[in-house]
Amino acid sequence: MEIIILILSGILFATAIYNLLQKQLLRIVIGTALLSHGAHLFILTMGKLKTGQPPILTDGVSEYTDPLPQALILTSIVISFGVTSLLLVLAYRTTQENKTDNMEQLRGKANE
Amino acid sequence: MSNLAVLPIILPLVAAIILIFFNSKVHVSRALTKVFSLVGLGLTGYIMWEVINNGTIIMETGDWIAPYGIVLVVDSLAAVLVLTTNIIAVACAFYAPSAGLGEKEKYYFYPFFFFLISGVTGAFITGDLFNLFVFFEVLLMASYALIVLGGDKVQLRESLKYLLINLFSSMLFVTAIAFVYGALGTVNMAQIAQRVQEADQQGILTTVGILLFFVFATKAALFPLYYWLPKSYVVPNPVISALFGALLTKVGIYSIFRVFTLIFVHRVELTHEIFIWFAGLSMIFGIIGALSTSNIKLIVAYNIIPAIGFILLGIGVMNETAISGSVYYLIHDMVIKSALFLLVGVITYVAGTSDLKKMGGLIHTYPLLGWLLFISAFVLAGIPPFSGFIGKLLLLQGAFEGEHIMIILIGLLTSLLILYSVAKIFINAFWGDKDAMGQIKKKSTKGMVAPIVFLLSLSVIMGVGAEYFYPVADSIAAYLMDPQIYIDSVLKE
Repeated sequence: MEIIILILSGILFATAIYNLLQKQLLRIVIGTALLSHGAHLFILTMGKLKTGQPPILTDGVSEYTDPLPQALILTSIVISFGVTSLLLVLAYRTTQENKTDNMEQLRGKANE
Repeated sequence: MSNLAVLPIILPLVAAIILIFFNSKVHVSRALTKVFSLVGLGLTGYIMWEVINNGTIIMETGDWIAPYGIVLVVDSLAAVLVLTTNIIAVACAFYAPSAGLGEKEKYYFYPFFFFLISGVTGAFITGDLFNLFVFFEVLLMASYALIVLGGDKVQLRESLKYLLINLFSSMLFVTAIAFVYGALGTVNMAQIAQRVQEADQQGILTTVGILLFFVFATKAALFPLYYWLPKSYVVPNPVISALFGALLTKVGIYSIFRVFTLIFVHRVELTHEIFIWFAGLSMIFGIIGALSTSNIKLIVAYNIIPAIGFILLGIGVMNETAISGSVYYLIHDMVIKSALFLLVGVITYVAGTSDLKKMGGLIHTYPLLGWLLFISAFVLAGIPPFSGFIGKLLLLQGAFEGEHIMIILIGLLTSLLILYSVAKIFINAFWGDKDAMGQIKKKSTKGMVAPIVFLLSLSVIMGVGAEYFYPVADSIAAYLMDPQIYIDSVLKE
């Protein structure tokens, strides 16, 4: 199970980086979203995947799910959600003001 | 256990929230910002005094014992950095009303200012790797808002790039933390350090360490990951540039400091050797950038990169002299970079342009500004008796003890070129005929000069009074060279 999820997160990383290297702004935004999904799945896998186990350690329970990765992911999801929404607004405003969504034309000049 | 550790994070956070309510009343906001920044300075000064006299302050949040909960650790390195952060905050708070923000002052400038301070302070204080990521995000969120404040065409374009590169490196940071957690089963820095020492398979840990280095190198703007920095630091208002230049890249280099003196010290001959080369290349490429432009804001922004190189050099050499030099240089650079950015802001304001080729003869109208720039050029290049000299002397002495002759030569050459790059501003903008720029009207610089004088005099005191400051840097270096002290104080074994 861990191997499958790891391959999945690898595919997510690869598609994310492919999208990040595009010229169109919206593709880049989608790339960052995919990147964060890949990273979150990766954290989840690092805490070992189990089903039907309690997430806390009490007396008599030897098998348990690690709760820490889930706490970490939750924090990270909230943060990347916030950043993505900010990024969307910023990308929209940039396109409006500069009248292009092509990164090639958003390069800027020297000595500006 | 002391609540003192959390106060420098909470205070700016509360200040920011209060200031949101006074957003439309600019005069109240200005007064409150000054008061809160001064209170913060007093508080962190007291914390510094406590740490020096009674040792590291540790706070376990929510009473969860050390490796399980989040710990806040104010050791001597964190305390001195938090104090410097608050000194810069005071200077910027007093500069901001006359910085020409205009309408932008009402776009929640002051709340974001305090959110940024809170994030930076939190990153310095936390003792938990994941919490470090969270505080990085806090300060980055505030910086995204500040960098785009006003929303010009150029500003939007550059802040988009700034946001993207930081988002990418943050996700890489999360991935690196996942690796650390997978390999060692903890995110508490002290426990990570302990387990790295005990681990059998250290190859994977070295790889994770290098991955973390690249994350922090992106945030700290080291070669070859600095290309996002110069332009995005130039577009916002000078007071915001000063905050960024003094604080943001320094949080990145602080993280390298923490991680590579505490945690990944098991293969020093491999990891730290790489750092020396990165340091050298950062110096060379950074200073070439500074020499290549005639925009005074860009010159100062490019000068951040060789400074980061110098600080990394000390970590790479990894002996007590070099580390104490790094600490000294880090503090010196925070102070002088904020002073320079503010100074360049004033010069741009009075000259009406940031292009050197269009300036000239300013010394006749503004003699004080000329002298301030003259002194700061000397401070930056490390001419004795100013603070840059002490830091560089210790760094190069440390490199000499570690027999890294090549890097010493690069460092000395870079220092000379740094002096040239800043002297170029002085020669072009201040020398020349009185009428070089036509009949310019003398503009008032009231309120803008005092914070710069404050920061520069601090820098001069740090150089002239080195005998009082050096022992502190030396004790921090001795402390950093022995990771066991940190581990024991957090895990209480």
